[in-house]
Amino acid sequence: MRVRVLAFARLRELLGFGARDLDLAEGETLDGLWSRLAGEADGLGGLRASTRFARNGALANGATALRDGDEVALLPPVGGG
Amino acid sequence: MIGLSADALDVASLERVVKTDAHGAVVTFLGTTRATSPGDPRPVEALEYEAYETMALAEMTAIAREADERFGPLGIAIVHRTGRVALGEPSVAVVVAAPHRGAAFDACRYAIDALKSRVPVWKREVYRDGDAAWIANTAP
Repeated sequence: MRVRVLAFARLRELLGFGARDLDLAEGETLDGLWSRLAGEADGLGGLRASTRFARNGALANGATALRDGDEVALLPPVGGG
Repeated sequence: MIGLSADALDVASLERVVKTDAHGAVVTFLGTTRATSPGDPRPVEALEYEAYETMALAEMTAIAREADERFGPLGIAIVHRTGRVALGEPSVAVVVAAPHRGAAFDACRYAIDALKSRVPVWKREVYRDGDAAWIANTAP
């Protein structure tokens, strides 16, 4: 299955992309996706606790299983205002 | 009116849009860019804002609805800048019109606090020395 991953702010800089399509195994979770990305980008691992996930525009926890066509967003602590 | 804007905010126009003859009070909150950040002596030259636009607009819409449910009936506008914002310019405007001032103040405070805690927008401070840092909000 294929999902679109969006990364913002510091996470975008660390990962080197703002949007990327990834092929994942069926049933992969958000935590599994994070682990894969953390293996590719230095400095990402320590940021799990401060990162929130959104799946298709709604906050989702790490155990959430992904489906083909999902849009996943990696959200650092917000700074608006 | 809910929005993200790459251009300077037109506050007077927002105030005109939300206010009707039923309203006796308009409260406008503007968040503006400070010359320094707390605990950091480096002079700030500008701020840069980045948004997850679809989710940010949905959250801002939800916040406006919540404010209306708690304090309404209201007229309300929430608009946040994206991109580079020069020193002293507003980065966010929350404009609330209500029949009386109490509800207008309360709803405006509710909306800006909620925005700062949950709308997916990020701020990068650019310092005059060329350095830059992402700045997260702290709890109100």
